[in-house]
Amino acid sequence: MITDSRTTTEDNLSAFVTFMVADHYFGVPVMRVQDILTPDAIARVPLGPPEVRGLINLRGRIVTVIDVRTRLSLPTLKEAGGGPGRCVTVENDGEFYTLLVDGVGDVVSVIEQEREQSPTTLDPLWRELVDGVFRVGDRLLVTLNVEQLLNIRGNA
Amino acid sequence: MDELLNEFLTETNESLGTLDVELVRFERDSSDVTILGNIFRLMHTIKGTCGFLGLPRLEAVAHAGENVLGKFRDGELPVTPHAVTLILKCIDHIRRLLAELEAAGREPDGNDTGLISEINAIAEARPSEPDAAISEDPMNAPPVFDEAGFPVAAELLAEIAHSIAPTAIEFLGPETAVEPAPSPVVATAQQPEPGPISPKPAPLVEAKESALAASSIRVNVDTIENLMTLISELVLTRNQLLQLQRMQKSSEFKVPLQRLSHITSDLQDGVTRMRMQPIGNAWAKLPRIVRDLCVESGKKIELVQRGADTELDRQVLEMIKDPLTHMIRNSADHGIESPADRMAAGKSETGTISLEAYHEGGHIFIRIADDGRGLDVERIRRKAIANGLATEAELSVMGEQQILQFVFRAGFSTAEKVTSVSGRGVGMDVVRTNVERIGGAIEMTSEAGRGTNFLIKIPLTLAIVSALIVETAGQRFAVPQISVIELVRASARSGARIETIKNAPVLRLRGQLLPLISLRGLLALGEDDETKDRFILVTQVGSFTFGIVVDRVFDTEEIVVKPVAPILRGNAFYAGNTILGDGSVIMILDPNGISESAGQGRAQAASAMAQSAASAARHESDQSSLLLFQAGDAELKAVPLHAVARIEEVDARTIERVGGRYVVQYRGHLMPLIAIDANHFWKSEGKQAILVFDSGARTLGIVVDKVVDIARDRVSIELTATHEGFAGSAIIAGKATDIVDIEHYISRNAPNTFGAEPTKGVAA
Repeated sequence: MITDSRTTTEDNLSAFVTFMVADHYFGVPVMRVQDILTPDAIARVPLGPPEVRGLINLRGRIVTVIDVRTRLSLPTLKEAGGGPGRCVTVENDGEFYTLLVDGVGDVVSVIEQEREQSPTTLDPLWRELVDGVFRVGDRLLVTLNVEQLLNIRGNA
Repeated sequence: MDELLNEFLTETNESLGTLDVELVRFERDSSDVTILGNIFRLMHTIKGTCGFLGLPRLEAVAHAGENVLGKFRDGELPVTPHAVTLILKCIDHIRRLLAELEAAGREPDGNDTGLISEINAIAEARPSEPDAAISEDPMNAPPVFDEAGFPVAAELLAEIAHSIAPTAIEFLGPETAVEPAPSPVVATAQQPEPGPISPKPAPLVEAKESALAASSIRVNVDTIENLMTLISELVLTRNQLLQLQRMQKSSEFKVPLQRLSHITSDLQDGVTRMRMQPIGNAWAKLPRIVRDLCVESGKKIELVQRGADTELDRQVLEMIKDPLTHMIRNSADHGIESPADRMAAGKSETGTISLEAYHEGGHIFIRIADDGRGLDVERIRRKAIANGLATEAELSVMGEQQILQFVFRAGFSTAEKVTSVSGRGVGMDVVRTNVERIGGAIEMTSEAGRGTNFLIKIPLTLAIVSALIVETAGQRFAVPQISVIELVRASARSGARIETIKNAPVLRLRGQLLPLISLRGLLALGEDDETKDRFILVTQVGSFTFGIVVDRVFDTEEIVVKPVAPILRGNAFYAGNTILGDGSVIMILDPNGISESAGQGRAQAASAMAQSAASAARHESDQSSLLLFQAGDAELKAVPLHAVARIEEVDARTIERVGGRYVVQYRGHLMPLIAIDANHFWKSEGKQAILVFDSGARTLGIVVDKVVDIARDRVSIELTATHEGFAGSAIIAGKATDIVDIEHYISRNAPNTFGAEPTKGVAA
């Protein structure tokens, strides 16, 4: 992983860990990310919310695996015929969660002032989760709000 | 809330706890000056701190209490129960005010003139006749113009002088600071020695406290909990490493790994000890409770405490606090008779309740014994029948001690009249449930006219629990072992078979219909494969027994229970999750949650089952299961099957003799062995069959020659017993059979349960 040390020192720059989910280019703030890993031995949680893939052991900590595809109401990686995927571990409220995504990209720095609001035509579900949109090269980087992403009401 | 206020609340609550104990001690021995000194100092500290923090209400109440205590100390006032009751009332009031203060963050509105004038009346050595004028008009409360009230005003003045003096003349040092303070008071009030009361003991306390403070620090409970979690993880990691190392033939890691292992164990030990607290903390309130009860009921009871410094995990401590209180209340309220009754029974007027705690083999034992009237077996028998807990036939084969155990069953309370302290429906079943929830066991013996004895056995710590690892639909789960009482293998071909009643699976287990819950069905993991063998975890939650059907059962493993992530918390079936020795994550099932689904979520199935169970019960109501065996001679003997915990076969060479009795090492403990036939020939080799009986905390083995059969039959005693240890003879499955009174052997062989009091014929 490439970490651009300049980005954190300058106020108007934000750094994001980028990842791919079903051809979409997403990012979460680099400061939230604890770890990148390849999922292995996911223990399922029967009757858990559908977004919860299961639990993994991350160096002695139990970490909840959140399937970002399910969260975004996209077909799962398995259904789409993909590989095992990668996991981006984030911390929220003292608990560790790991986001199951298709693949992880670089850390990119963007200028805060260039943040654009998510288009009003976007799916209401996505609008809740999207923090902003940045232009990175010839692609659009959609940044996600980690709290909202983990705000899963369960299946009850 | 304000940091300072917070600290004050913690400290004051601690002080009040001590105060309760000290006061009761003081009442008993009012000549002990040191106790009085302690009490006075505590009250004074509370008052002083209140003044400092600007809590006028609390200060006024504490002041009134201190006033009376000061008089006690100076011998101006005799120590009467009435006065002590008032002081206790005063403490209670302070406690209430503190609680409100804690909740609201500020002192509640209102005034306490009623209580204060009542206390002042005592201080002025007047009989308590709450002066209407005084209590109604708070303005008149400090009765400066009242002759009798004069000393109070003087005290107040002395206090004011005291609180002003040190600040004003600080630089003069304590001695000079004290002197000018009383002088104006003496001049105005002619009070012999009001001033020095307050300032003198204070420096003493401070000196003592600072010495204490140097050797101990206050640590937040969370910090220790956190440390404990980390240590638990370290232990698991260590175990993983050791497992890996074992697979390698030779490795340079071996020595450092061993060191790591040692240090980890020591560390775990140290942190565990840090969480330990003396059990006396849970007892602190008991003398007060007993004392109040004595005053209320006119009984005379002495509470003897032994082993108060026995240490146990604070989590466990919290959980046994209420059961202990309940049992002491029970003993004091129902157990101990009134002085007149005791005299009539030839006992000393004062009843004794003894409370004792000690360590033994990784467990804590707590014994609560009273020398009261004991439990009324006849009444329990009637009640058991009336409440439908047992039939006449079942009771007829039970021993006395066995019948007494009905008090632990849900919905059973023998209290015929409800008093303010007990008999309010929360019975011994709640106590038992609480004790069992923390992996403990409770045992009771009682003898009419001699008293009742409880023995509670609890584990030292809850941080690491033993769990059974099971598998369903290819997925593993952990089930806390304490709730699993039995494992049954169900197979389609033979033995135990799973049957269904209107789609509700049940298992017939020794004549009982056991409702079953399929873990697959419960967790939506598909349908059970009926052709394959399955395992049933017979699980007990409170008094409800049910079976959980799983595919496979692995070993037991020590696990650390971790709470599940917040987004998974809605599910009642999980108690937590954990990481196993092999590094995999596993969900821990919660038998409590699962039992609820069995009880309510499947109301329909349950009602269908209840119906069929009821009809089955009608059918089999008079019958009970008996284990038939031979011992000593060819005569058939029988014991109720439910009393038998296990049937074991041991190598006769492992039977040893200690202290004049035969024992065998069984599951890490010594189990006494008994022969029914006095002339039993103890084999020295070959196999020896043993019936294992489990009575709460202890086990007992009875050696038999041969287990013949299990029979279901109506038990009606045809011939009464001719010798000890037999309940009588009956026809079982067409043959004459002796019914063994197993209770006789258990009680005879557990002298420990009756403590210092030797029971009749403690044999062997």
